[in-house]
Amino acid sequence: MKASGQARATVLSRIRAALRLTGKQDGAREAAVEDRLNRHPRGTIPARALAGQEALLELLQTMLASQGAEVTLAATPEDALRAIAGGLRAHDIPPILRVGTDPVLEALPWETRPSLERRFGPAEPEDRAALSRAQMAAAETGTLFLVSGADNPTTLNFLPETHIVLICAGDVAGSYEEAFDRLRAIYGESTLPRTVNLISGPSRTADIEQTIVRGAHGPKRLHVVILG
Amino acid sequence: MSDLPQDVSSEGFKQGVARALADAELQRALLNVKRGFIVKRAAARAKLPEFDQLRDEARAIKDHTLAHLDLYLEAYERKVIESGGQVHFAPSAADARDIVLGLCQDAGARLVTKGKSMVSEEIGLDAHLEAAGIEVAETDLGDHILQIRGDRPSHIIAPVIHLNKEEIAEDFARAHGELPRGRPLDTVQALVTEARAVLRQKFLKADVGITGANLLIAETGSSVIVTNEGNGDLTETLPRMHIVVASIEKMVPTLEDACTILRLLARSGTGQEITTYTTFATGPARDGDPDGPRQYHVVLLDNGRSELLGGDFRDMLRCIRCGACLNHCPVYGTIGGHAYGSVYPGPMGAVLTPALVGIGRARDLPNASSFCGRCEEVCPMAIPLPALMRKWRERDFAQGGPPLGQRLALKLWAFAAKRPRLYHALTGALVPLAARLAGGKGRFRSLPFAHAWTETRDLPAPEGKTFHALYRHKPRSGTP
Repeated sequence: MKASGQARATVLSRIRAALRLTGKQDGAREAAVEDRLNRHPRGTIPARALAGQEALLELLQTMLASQGAEVTLAATPEDALRAIAGGLRAHDIPPILRVGTDPVLEALPWETRPSLERRFGPAEPEDRAALSRAQMAAAETGTLFLVSGADNPTTLNFLPETHIVLICAGDVAGSYEEAFDRLRAIYGESTLPRTVNLISGPSRTADIEQTIVRGAHGPKRLHVVILG
Repeated sequence: MSDLPQDVSSEGFKQGVARALADAELQRALLNVKRGFIVKRAAARAKLPEFDQLRDEARAIKDHTLAHLDLYLEAYERKVIESGGQVHFAPSAADARDIVLGLCQDAGARLVTKGKSMVSEEIGLDAHLEAAGIEVAETDLGDHILQIRGDRPSHIIAPVIHLNKEEIAEDFARAHGELPRGRPLDTVQALVTEARAVLRQKFLKADVGITGANLLIAETGSSVIVTNEGNGDLTETLPRMHIVVASIEKMVPTLEDACTILRLLARSGTGQEITTYTTFATGPARDGDPDGPRQYHVVLLDNGRSELLGGDFRDMLRCIRCGACLNHCPVYGTIGGHAYGSVYPGPMGAVLTPALVGIGRARDLPNASSFCGRCEEVCPMAIPLPALMRKWRERDFAQGGPPLGQRLALKLWAFAAKRPRLYHALTGALVPLAARLAGGKGRFRSLPFAHAWTETRDLPAPEGKTFHALYRHKPRSGTP
């Protein structure tokens, strides 16, 4: 422990020496840092992220599709479930979904689809499909925000070959900053849960001969269902 | 100075260049990189009208952060601890290696998975862990291929750009020994499918996951990684311990600042608007989380960064490792990354490597530039790379770095150039002589002392009069 305290002191003192601090500006410096951390001011927001809600939903779909995701619009929870079940069938995947305890997902009319089986908890290696909910999205680059926890365990986003993500239309923001503000409203200021995944498509690699291939390590398919 | 397991040397560089120029496959691959990434970056920038504005803001964010780096590191540390994680400062590469090894041993680790991390290469982490009997599995597809080949990356974001699929198929056939012989590996898809299956086993069995960090965020105590594969995520989510190794200049103050920089990162490097996965990790799994690591450790590496902060090369600390400068550099585009002999090649490597291993060993890197300036033009953080390379050249010259012949030639030229009458007398005699030696043809097809030049091109010869002579005898007509 003593060694680590020394290492810390060494690095910090090297930095202070490099910055040629005399101690005179200490108050001003500390105030500047505290101010920026507390206010967290925004920079330039791209114009495309400041459009109206309809345009943003349009943008979200276009960006996700161009980045390799499948996107379905669902007017009602029944439609959403139909789209989910249909997606599995279309790709010959058994109707078994790994899912967390997310209340919005819980409230879907599962009783209308008794053949669709849900398995709760973190993903297992044999799972072929998982269903999560994105609590918010940033339309500017077709980016879904998935947050760790029992509601939507992080392993659901990466282990199974097929990842289905539900997002409510009202939760679609334009910019990353707007999405983070919504996250702050739910989880608190100056803090984040263990993992926040910004997901914009299925897994891919171009490492070999610059040829794009899906499903490098994460899901091969990302199916996004926009509800409402 | 830092301790760095690099084999940067003049001899190595010259040999590396000769090899690269003679390698037709590599030349073809580099041409593809150039075309692909250059075209895509331009397209991405065109699609985002706010690109240049964001670039100015990103530069300002980094400059502000560097000017207050001590305070932001302290704020960051507080937040990491608050969220249940631990921070370890590492003044040198050796310190960082030892800290990571210690953590792995405390965890009883036998297998470690790794996401892509330039810093972990810089400090030679893999070899250190393996020497202690810990198996290390690189999980980025390109890094996995390099690992089974015992090869080095040739590009910081496309590490196996120098290999074709046939070579990789051979490597897989040899290294993935437990799989059936004679299985088809003739398509890129087949290779990726196999790598996915092989590495999936590593992901699931790993005791510890090690990643780098593209950004550290002081406001929340978070580390950010960007991938297209999702390997970084499986690395940091599945094992019971997650270790982040990051150099101190990766710090940014807030989530908003991270957003600004993230808008530039992928667009500059690969031309994507965003990478498939951008992940913010903060502390270990919380109570009630069904998955995620139980321990989260961040190793903050100095290794020469604080020295850069106090000197002429501070601007280099703004680098976000996007790779744009490499993609646009005509020299890198001709010789590839291996010739540089450093973890960091291309223009950014030409500035960073001498800072890490000393200009004496790394002098060829900043000298391998024509100062065309494209790197600075495309750098999202507005780093004045040619100016910094020039500073290194000045230091190199002051230390007597260039070979004797070069220094002597420059000294002779400088002697004459500072004495105008001597200079004019010499040129007055030599210029007509050179013209006559060229036999009136206007060019030299070969010159004994400029063999390397005239082997593949003619050297223009003077016409017979110096400019001053011509100007003196110019007819004074009305032409201005």
